[in-house]
Amino acid sequence: MATSVLDHAGAAGIHPEKTGLWAWITTVDHKKIGILYGASAFIFFLIGGLEALLIRWQLMKPDNNFVSPEFYNQLFTMHGTTMIFLAVMPLSAMFFNFFIPLLIGARDVAFPRLNAFSYWVFLFGGLFLNSSFLFSAAPNGGWFGYANLSSKQYSPGLNMDFWAIGLQILGIASLAAGVNFFVTILNMRAPGMKLIRMPMFVWMSFITQLLVLLSFPVITVALILLMFDRLFGTNFFVPLGGGDTMLWQHLFWVFGHPEVYILILPAFGIISEILPVFSRKPLFGYTAMVFSGCFIAFLGFGVWSHHMFSTGMGPIADSVFSLATMLIAIPTGVKIFNWMGTVWGGSIQLKTPMYFALGFIAMFIMGGLSGVMHSTAPADLQQTDTYFVVAHFHYVLFGGSIFALTAGAYYWWPKMFGHMLDEGLGKLHFWLMLIGFNLTFFPMHIVGLEGMPRRVYTYPAGLGFESLNRLETYGALILGFSFLVFIFNVIRSTRSKVHAPADPWNGATLEWSIPSPPQEFNFPVIPTVHGRDPFWDEKRAQGGKVPEPARVSGAGIHLPNPSYWPFLAAVGVLLLFIALMHHEAKFGPVYIFAAVSVLFFSIFNWVFEPAEG
Amino acid sequence: MDHRFKRWRSFAGALLLLTLFVVAVGSAQSVQYPQSTLHPRGDFALMVDKLFRTTLLWATIVFLLTEGALLFVIFKFRGKPDDPEPKQVHGNTMVEVIWTAIPALVLAMIAVPTVRTIFRTYEVPKGADVLQVEVIGHQWWWEFRYPQLGLTTANELHVPVGRTVAVKMVTQDVLHSWWIPQLAAKRDVFPNRSTTLWFKAEEPGDYPGQCAEFCGIQHGRMAFQVIAQSPEEFDVYVGRMQATAVRPAAPAAPAADSTAVAKPTAAGPALTTTTLAATTTAEADTMPGSQLFMMKGCIGCHSLNATVPMGIGPNLAGIGRRLYIAAGWLENTDANLAKWIQHPQTVKHGVLMPDLGVTDAEAQSLVAYLRQH
Amino acid sequence: MDAHALHPETSTGIPNRKLAIWTFIGSECLFFASLISVYLVYKGKSLVGPYPSEIFEIPLVTAGTALLLFSSLFVVLALNGCEQGNRKKFLGWLAMTILCGFFFIGMQVYEFTHFFHEGLTMQKNLFGASFFTLTGFHGTHVTIGVIWLISIFIEGVRGHVPPAKALNFEMAALYWHFVDVVWIVIFPVVYLMNS
Repeated sequence: MATSVLDHAGAAGIHPEKTGLWAWITTVDHKKIGILYGASAFIFFLIGGLEALLIRWQLMKPDNNFVSPEFYNQLFTMHGTTMIFLAVMPLSAMFFNFFIPLLIGARDVAFPRLNAFSYWVFLFGGLFLNSSFLFSAAPNGGWFGYANLSSKQYSPGLNMDFWAIGLQILGIASLAAGVNFFVTILNMRAPGMKLIRMPMFVWMSFITQLLVLLSFPVITVALILLMFDRLFGTNFFVPLGGGDTMLWQHLFWVFGHPEVYILILPAFGIISEILPVFSRKPLFGYTAMVFSGCFIAFLGFGVWSHHMFSTGMGPIADSVFSLATMLIAIPTGVKIFNWMGTVWGGSIQLKTPMYFALGFIAMFIMGGLSGVMHSTAPADLQQTDTYFVVAHFHYVLFGGSIFALTAGAYYWWPKMFGHMLDEGLGKLHFWLMLIGFNLTFFPMHIVGLEGMPRRVYTYPAGLGFESLNRLETYGALILGFSFLVFIFNVIRSTRSKVHAPADPWNGATLEWSIPSPPQEFNFPVIPTVHGRDPFWDEKRAQGGKVPEPARVSGAGIHLPNPSYWPFLAAVGVLLLFIALMHHEAKFGPVYIFAAVSVLFFSIFNWVFEPAEG
Repeated sequence: MDHRFKRWRSFAGALLLLTLFVVAVGSAQSVQYPQSTLHPRGDFALMVDKLFRTTLLWATIVFLLTEGALLFVIFKFRGKPDDPEPKQVHGNTMVEVIWTAIPALVLAMIAVPTVRTIFRTYEVPKGADVLQVEVIGHQWWWEFRYPQLGLTTANELHVPVGRTVAVKMVTQDVLHSWWIPQLAAKRDVFPNRSTTLWFKAEEPGDYPGQCAEFCGIQHGRMAFQVIAQSPEEFDVYVGRMQATAVRPAAPAAPAADSTAVAKPTAAGPALTTTTLAATTTAEADTMPGSQLFMMKGCIGCHSLNATVPMGIGPNLAGIGRRLYIAAGWLENTDANLAKWIQHPQTVKHGVLMPDLGVTDAEAQSLVAYLRQH
Repeated sequence: MDAHALHPETSTGIPNRKLAIWTFIGSECLFFASLISVYLVYKGKSLVGPYPSEIFEIPLVTAGTALLLFSSLFVVLALNGCEQGNRKKFLGWLAMTILCGFFFIGMQVYEFTHFFHEGLTMQKNLFGASFFTLTGFHGTHVTIGVIWLISIFIEGVRGHVPPAKALNFEMAALYWHFVDVVWIVIFPVVYLMNS
């Protein structure tokens, strides 16, 4: 191979340019990419949270005019789109990226540059979507973009173009990551790590990637058809031309339901990692947990029309989807009981990660129960499209996913950054979040059953909704404040310079056997695994403790070189979609050609980049 | 500090929190909820409610058992860092089978009444005694037609108590959903297929409903009322509405000038209108509402004749007595009606009704005129 | 250039890149399944013509289909040649594959133009919309495949695809087979089934 400074550095296992913006733009290291995902996702989460606070402020009083109806509709559309695609999914991606290689004993993912490409495409997609605010054209048709409101006739501005194109860009990022992690988990496990010995977070992530791979193509097609209607005048969803608005709903929800399992399964995995460590005993019923996860994913493709119970599909369809939805409650219940079985008989260490993990169980039980109530189609005829649904999905998405992701953050923070987060502030964060969350969302069950529909920018004074809405707004303020506590904790802990040990929690899995933060090559020697809790096994074999692992030179370990082609290819993707959006502009075809050229040029160079080592 | 005291202190703290929470939420329970789903007064809604109560009961039982178990586990098995390692249990097949089977049984018990109720919700009653109603969704108002009676109205649906109403629904533009919580739950409306619903009101009353499918800028202000009346009162209502067909035509406009534009009306021969400029003169202050109704262009979208469907804007036959205007949420006072006529874009931004430059005096005139209808 | 380029010991024994292309193909199956479903949902629902039976030229499309099918055989032979280090076999059959790809695309371009002159556009009716979208995306996939095969041909001519690097070609060949299989579903569903 051609010699260069990079190659010599590669031989030493270290790379130059480890700091600075360029290092981050060209990184292909899964750990750095994980941090990029996490930081970006957290900022988008705060933006989505701000949108929520504005919504709650508007709804605090009846007949309020704090925001206009147009802006309100943009707020709730962007809140949903942001939280799902720009917050929860990439926060999960932070953990996929940082920890899947560590949990399976690998040095990186299967395709490091594809990994970087996924991140940059995600970031550009998120920026593209949010740039719509600058044009006063933020998406305003709901996160689910129902036809035919989303058609050019009824949504004449650029709003829904931003939405459809933004989601397409994000879909590319997700699909690329899906292929990457699917191959990584199947192919790059350490010797001895059979599938049935993998940590639960890896199992749940594996199933999640499969769901992404199978469901995202469906929304891709739906969005293509919508954009063809809007840009080229086809009639896929235009009733006057014979289009069927129900087709949009079916396509969307065939994606949309697996999507919610994409949002919750990684959270399940995180909880399954935390509970055993902080109960000091193994996960109860590992095999059942694996199979229930697989069953949930499989069934998740068979329940989509439970989002459509009020569309009058007929008694047979309603019955089939009701029963299938009830069926999915069974493996979900199994998981909850197995988690409780894990904690039962244990020696519970009430540290911050455990607080959030236990809070997750309590909140997810409630979200699951309201879900079962929705599953009975006739009752859902009252509940659907009301605040009762808003309560349900916030209990599973916030009480579920966000609580679990927060638990994971506190759990894995020392490993990622090399210092501990303060326990006292962590517990304060928990209590504020728990109280604020329940004050915000529990009353929504009530106000929904008492007649408040969804997606309304205001309500009149005589329907009784005022007092609970006001309470919900106060709760939201407390909830928002809890995240300020978290940010304060992060800043203070980062400054304190108190170093975290490799294994602060007495962990069971491989990531705790290497220094905090890990060295670039992860493991000096790829470990061989003999059981499901490999690090517990190792510690047991050595009399209960192992010495703090030393940082070693890493000479002779070959790592992939940094590269800017993934970044540039992502730029090409962004330019291509922007050009497509403006294809009717004066030099439209020229822009498209230029964007395609950038994309092809980047991919070409990427493919032919000289191999390392 | 004693270990057990600490444990009880935490338990007391949790209990206090829970109590505060229940009080906070419960204090809102004294409020009246006119649009509630929990007090059904129609047979369809009652049927649906019965199923809901079944699932609510099971959900509450499961909630208390599981959350209780969770709290119990947390408190019973709290440990300290230097406690000995607990027994390393990996699972228990029998326990796992039990806790898979029991939820399955509970769900089976919910599944049976669910499927039964599903089939019943689709059995639209037939027969001569059934009152047929057509619902047509518009951005952002509701059109109601009685095909058997030859009537059209908007936003306020009168029905007789004790008689089944069979509803057939479509939309004229985007998806909406017709939600009448106390009578018939909801059903979405589509542009290219009709959906159905049915109900029988058991008690007279004024039942509020609202659109429940996001339909654009004013989705939040697309409410309606179902007024259930005794059969006698309903017949009076029908009679009054049918009588709007024979209302005499409005007087002919002054001699046409070169800017005249012919506008057909439902009530009689084509009348000419003059440009708006002519109506701002002093003589407009004394112009009767009936003339203003033509000259301002109201007649172009609204009919005062309940026997002729004209779907651009809501049919205004009966507008004088309706409880609400602007689709079910603004009280039908003179002041509100004037405001609505004069400044629709301020009252409900984005509606199809434009600001027509109606003066205060003209608005008063129009309001007085509409009160007679 | 994955991190294990020189150490192909994977947990499944399948090289990373091969597993990746299979995974990608699996995902793409859902993409085309959705498009085919949309076509089937709207079959017979067009409000106006032209209708399929009026404008389809089955013999022409059958010829194109046959060429595409044969091209899958040719690419297998080419891959075989590459793995054996037989340069003539490799490049010869690869050239034939590419040629078939060109003919197929040409057939589609001709067909689309013909339809356009008969008054069938995407905007005309649901048949036009769903037909052009489905076959258009398939044709795009074929085009990308042809470009990929051409780049391998060029690299092969330069001697950069020895047997040790046959995996790179195998990935393209697998993709090419996939594109062919999708057409094997589209051809009967769209062209042969009576509307």
